[in-house]
Amino acid sequence: METEFVLPDLDSEDTAEFWAGCARGELLVQACGHCGRWRFPPRPMCPHCRSLDQTWEPVSGRATVWSFVVAHPPLLPAYAELAPYPVIVVALDEDPTIRMVGNLVEDATGPINAIDPATIRIGEPVRVVFSPVDDVMLPRWVRDPGQH
Amino acid sequence: MASLQDQVAIVGIGQTAFGKGLEASELSLACQAVSAALDDCAIPPAEVDGLVSFTMELNREVDVARNVGLGDLNFFTQVGYGGGAGCATVRQAAMAVATGQCHVAVAWRARKRAAKTSRPWAQVSRRLSDHWQWSRPFGLLRPVDEVAMLARRYMHQYGATRDHLANVALAFRKHANRNPAATMYEKPLTRDAYLAARWISEPLCLYDNCLETDGALAVVLVAADRARDLPQRPVYVHAGAQSLPRQHQTMINYFNDDPLEGPSWAAARQLWREAEFGPDDVKVAQIYDAFSPLVPLSLEGYGFCARGEGGAFTDDGALEWPDGRLPTNTAGGGMSEAYVHGFNLVLEGVRQLRGTSTSQVADADTCLVTSGEGVPTSALLLRN
Repeated sequence: METEFVLPDLDSEDTAEFWAGCARGELLVQACGHCGRWRFPPRPMCPHCRSLDQTWEPVSGRATVWSFVVAHPPLLPAYAELAPYPVIVVALDEDPTIRMVGNLVEDATGPINAIDPATIRIGEPVRVVFSPVDDVMLPRWVRDPGQH
Repeated sequence: MASLQDQVAIVGIGQTAFGKGLEASELSLACQAVSAALDDCAIPPAEVDGLVSFTMELNREVDVARNVGLGDLNFFTQVGYGGGAGCATVRQAAMAVATGQCHVAVAWRARKRAAKTSRPWAQVSRRLSDHWQWSRPFGLLRPVDEVAMLARRYMHQYGATRDHLANVALAFRKHANRNPAATMYEKPLTRDAYLAARWISEPLCLYDNCLETDGALAVVLVAADRARDLPQRPVYVHAGAQSLPRQHQTMINYFNDDPLEGPSWAAARQLWREAEFGPDDVKVAQIYDAFSPLVPLSLEGYGFCARGEGGAFTDDGALEWPDGRLPTNTAGGGMSEAYVHGFNLVLEGVRQLRGTSTSQVADADTCLVTSGEGVPTSALLLRN
């Protein structure tokens, strides 16, 4: 089904690899091909050594909730239909300074408003899933108790 | 060392009425504000040779100049990053005057924001190739959502509460209730009403948000030696700062080592380096308040309290006129006077140092004015 969600451009030079990874079910973090340091969001130059070389490192997809909000209207129509819904920021287990915005869902195809926001805790463990929205696979997160 | 230190003064201020759905066009509002500011300092429009505004300003210099009858412009520029730009426009104008690049500079902001269709977040394109692709697809759509994310983390990490945020909203509302020009002049706000208000983006409710306002404001700057011959008491630009901290991302600043150390911190380092006085000497402050959590974050950044203590700082009426430790947003700020991208904070800073505020701080001789926290920002220290 075509949605009216706002979605990433899958063909941008500097970010296509990330979204291609999501499409394959892989969460990738960009790493510098010269000094090896990780960076997110993806960008063409390493701010530590200015190398343009880059690699893409698959990560476990395990993370913890760093913060969250619960969005209420007014919102864009496609999102207003689902409101109120939580939005989370997660910190990756491999490097907690790598943070990603996402949604907490019950499973990969579940709606973004199914989890009761009152039950969300900062620091709770989550695991990545990939949700199909139009032609995009969006990285979202499910609860992952006891796995971290 | 080269610094601004009182070489340039704000000598004229002008503003339109604030409202929703004002009849005048955005261009008309800009021209009215600039014209009023020139009348305030009795400088003929033909003497204006410098103009500064925001990159988000929709009125172009050519149109303002052709309407107000400005002279030959030799300096005109714009500052980016939305609400972060306000103090920087004044600083740019002051730098241009101080270095002789122009002699009479005007900085202004005009906006018709109150119409629902004019909200920038509602005009997002469906396919994103910029940094918004990392937040908006997940429904983190609006500035309030982006700030609420930091606010939740801040509250979690330091124990700040909704009561602290209410302290901010209530203080500014009280000041607006004394300011006939304020949108909320006749609308008191209680703590109960604050706590019962509808959510916008939890943990932020309606009253944690600024107003949506149509209106325009302008200031006129000239060199200090000329300022002393003009009708209004000069308000000197003592110091100015601008900051885009390392690894900062505008609004969705979640991707660096310490997202709660926002742009205020780097602006403050420059500001206090340039100034002859420090935070303890500031008598009154105008702190950018598009959202209430930006106030405790800014109080910490500019050094009025330690890291994590910004919430508690607001207790005991600290932000309230007349007896608070730091009377703040004494005209009502963006939350209760008007939200014109924070430019109204600059004018209230000037009024405090002229002695003409509706909540006049006794013996106010220094004022901090800040622009947006959470975006590349700017700040001014004014004194009389």
